[in-house]
Amino acid sequence: MSTPATFLTEEMRQQAIGVESQPVTLEVEKGHIQRFAEAIGDPNPVYNDEAAARKSSYGGLVAPPTFLRSVRGVNLELPFELSFSRRLDGGSDWEYFQPVRPGDRITAVARVAEMTERTGRLGAMVFMTTITTYTNQFDEVVATQTNTLIAY
Amino acid sequence: MAEQVYWEDVTEGMELPFLVKEPTTRQLVQYAGASGDFYEIHYDKDFAIGNQLDGPILHGALKSAFLGQLVTDWIGPQGALKRLQCQYRGMDAPGNLITAKGTVTRKYEEDGQRLVDCTVWLENADGQNTTPGNATVVLPSRQG
Repeated sequence: MSTPATFLTEEMRQQAIGVESQPVTLEVEKGHIQRFAEAIGDPNPVYNDEAAARKSSYGGLVAPPTFLRSVRGVNLELPFELSFSRRLDGGSDWEYFQPVRPGDRITAVARVAEMTERTGRLGAMVFMTTITTYTNQFDEVVATQTNTLIAY
Repeated sequence: MAEQVYWEDVTEGMELPFLVKEPTTRQLVQYAGASGDFYEIHYDKDFAIGNQLDGPILHGALKSAFLGQLVTDWIGPQGALKRLQCQYRGMDAPGNLITAKGTVTRKYEEDGQRLVDCTVWLENADGQNTTPGNATVVLPSRQG
């Protein structure tokens, strides 16, 4: 599939900015935290050893910093199709406010913050910046993640 | 595990203990399962090549997890990560060594917290910085 030379108009950009996802909730399970920590290869006992975790500043088991990436199904329905066949993750910026613990119910909502276009080797590339806010069952924001998606 | 680092022990310019990773395609499958990110460019060679890549590449989020571990290993059980930011500038393929590195750029107090900013990055086997980033942490004080 070929990539268009130009894609994004100012009108489309304005339509996209502010689009918000439906909320998605993840129940944080102890086993999921352990599987995630194993998958990233991080043996830190605060993820898998209750006794050691109690002595940490968290006072108990917590999830690794990037664990909330496993909240899936947060879909942004743009008013137009991002008609590119390829996608890349451009980067992420996490801010942390509260630890994420087993038993938490974390609700994620994503919002489009910016959309820009650049011309790359293969034609037009669209950069979409989204901000995902993660809130726990106590209505505390535990983290925000600003992410850049590159479609090309 | 290393001894707890305290804010007083930190100086600007000091290096964080580096972390070596050797991700395999197996680990990418494991990460796909744990994170739910099953995009095929991370484990299906034919699919990756069809997407103009040389082969499977690491999930960006897995690379940020390596940087997260670099920082949380350093700050120890009494430190707290406040911010972790990185850009996926270069692609990393499984089967290659990756070294996570960091340097302290700023040490300061703000709103009663003792904070440290670090530059963090991933270096591939050729010494190229594929994943530049920054982190901000809170460290405990020797004064309690």
